[in-house]
Amino acid sequence: MTGRGSKAWVALSALAGAFAGIGAFTFHYAGGLGYLGSNPATCAYCHIMNDQFDSWRKGPHHAAATCSDCHLPPRFLAKYLAKGRNGYHHSMGFTFQPPRPDDPDARQVFVEPIRIKDFNSQILQDNCLRCHGEFTHGIVRGSTWADDAVRCVHCHEGVGHGARR
Amino acid sequence: MTPFDASIATKAWATGPGAEPEEGIMEGSRRHAIAAYILVALGTAVATAVVAALLVNIFERKQEAKNPFLKLVEVTEDDVDPAKWGVNWPRQYDGYLRTSDPTATKYGGSAVGPEGSMPPQKAERDPWLKRIFAGYLFSVDYRDRRGHAFMLHDQEVTKRNVPGEGKQSGNCLHCHASVMPLYRKLGAEALSQGTPGEQVQKGLEIVGGMDYWEAHRLLEQVTGKAHPVSCVDCHDPDTMELRVTRPAFLSGIRNLAASDAPVPHLPSIGRWRQGSRSAPYDPNVDGTRQEMRSFVCGQCHVEYFCGKGTTIFFPWDRGLKAEEIEAAYDNLVVKGRRFKDWTHAETGVEVLKAQHPEFEVWSQGIHARSGVACADCHMPYKREGALKVSEHWVRSPLLHIPRACETCHPYGEKEIAARVEAIQDRHFALLTRAGEAAVAMLDSLVAVRKGYDEAGWRDALENDPAIRRLGELQRAAQWRLDFVAAENSMGFHAPQELARILGESIDLSRQAQAEATRLASRTAASAEVHAAP
Repeated sequence: MTGRGSKAWVALSALAGAFAGIGAFTFHYAGGLGYLGSNPATCAYCHIMNDQFDSWRKGPHHAAATCSDCHLPPRFLAKYLAKGRNGYHHSMGFTFQPPRPDDPDARQVFVEPIRIKDFNSQILQDNCLRCHGEFTHGIVRGSTWADDAVRCVHCHEGVGHGARR
Repeated sequence: MTPFDASIATKAWATGPGAEPEEGIMEGSRRHAIAAYILVALGTAVATAVVAALLVNIFERKQEAKNPFLKLVEVTEDDVDPAKWGVNWPRQYDGYLRTSDPTATKYGGSAVGPEGSMPPQKAERDPWLKRIFAGYLFSVDYRDRRGHAFMLHDQEVTKRNVPGEGKQSGNCLHCHASVMPLYRKLGAEALSQGTPGEQVQKGLEIVGGMDYWEAHRLLEQVTGKAHPVSCVDCHDPDTMELRVTRPAFLSGIRNLAASDAPVPHLPSIGRWRQGSRSAPYDPNVDGTRQEMRSFVCGQCHVEYFCGKGTTIFFPWDRGLKAEEIEAAYDNLVVKGRRFKDWTHAETGVEVLKAQHPEFEVWSQGIHARSGVACADCHMPYKREGALKVSEHWVRSPLLHIPRACETCHPYGEKEIAARVEAIQDRHFALLTRAGEAAVAMLDSLVAVRKGYDEAGWRDALENDPAIRRLGELQRAAQWRLDFVAAENSMGFHAPQELARILGESIDLSRQAQAEATRLASRTAASAEVHAAP
């Protein structure tokens, strides 16, 4: 082996190690492992969900269901796909938001108050019916999957979070 | 070079010494290898830099969330200059400063002029205002509103308050300036043994007894410079908790609590009424956090009386509705006569003037009933980084619908704006109709008055039951119309209640008109009879 080549490898390995180390630390510091679990506190890590988390703690479903029970599909693969999809959108939004969203020339990354989008709205609706379906099947038959379907939370908006302050 | 090329180069190097390749190939693969090292190093460096940037971003957000503010300077009860508070709470101060920006909605500040110009006279849009305020200073100068930053300046330059004319008292400073240090100082001097509350009330009375400009000068001496509403007026400097400072609100709400008037939107008053009542109701002790988010606004956005010779008070001892406040005034005797704000120049009737009763009207609406505070819509929460900040650029909710309305009504900005506009358009149409009815009433009363000389008319207003009734109708009709017109929400705070009051006003105006027309024709007929022989 030539000396020059092995020295370069050592340097590269050190660089790669530094990258791996700082990456691992960042992952740990940001509570990255938590995102694989289902502790509701994790969902408020990025602070945007503080209000939802706080009101869930005082809400009627507090004892019955956590964030992921309602907002993620129950099956393993679909659950982690949805986690990945949401995680990507949330982290991009939170990281690239302007520090002063009110400034006239601030670039709007997302609009507040945040709103559930179609993909997640369907997951939520399916989860309502996962528990309450038997009891309500007489009144929701067919309408749940239509684009303009009335979702359970349209009327029962305070069951999870966002109840009267 | 692609990663694939790099791996070939690396292989070439790995097999190098044993394989003894030709010189040229050797040279070429070494060059490739060096390029590959540089590329991998650059790539790793960029990736590391990105991760480091992410780490710093996360760190900053965590710090923001941990330390919502940093107390760099001590603030006290005597610090009325908001700039000093702004050192500790720059985000809130930024918002406060922006209250000097001109804002416009369809019905409020709709004709904002260039920077520095005064807002338009209200009578330009509602000409009937000049008629109903005939003989009163509001017919001279009555402009559209501006932001909090202008509250003191606008009072200093209005033609209703010209220095030397002595038309206004120190009472005005209760709400137009950050005035508490002056109340405390004068109160402590006059009532050295009193409790802090008694001293403040005493200070209020002393300042209320002064001419406006005399009080203004004293305030400047005490606080260095007179400031408009400031941080200390709503926030405790030690804890930043909301608190009510203004003595007129404290006594007004105390009287309201002690009355039987239903106040379902103020649960702490309900609890106090059911309790022992050993101590009078005190919003700073009994009020809930959510109620305080309306009470601090209710210190000033209310109906009150503050004329010369009286200490400012809020007429709430019978309740907050228009007719309950009217009854409070009607039962108030000043210098041996029933209370009046002024004598109407066209008709000689002693009438009442309403000031912006936003707190009272909000109290009759569905939002108050649902537990929504002033600050929920006018100072909605916003986020800056990881921080939740309440907007201190106090302004119309229509100027920030997503935060103000869509937290509860998630139907889209356009839809919400359209719903509000429908309410306000209907209200404005009804208000205009009521204004026209009032003008018709005034015309017919003036016609009746023509049959009398000055002394005869004054005597008739006191002693002739039919003429006296005309005066009562005018007073009641005008009070209702003005109560609604002076309120700043173009009907939104309580649409049905305001429509009810306007309906009564129109009815009373037309009753007066019908009665006056009947009287005028009777007078004309009797005049003919007298003239005939």
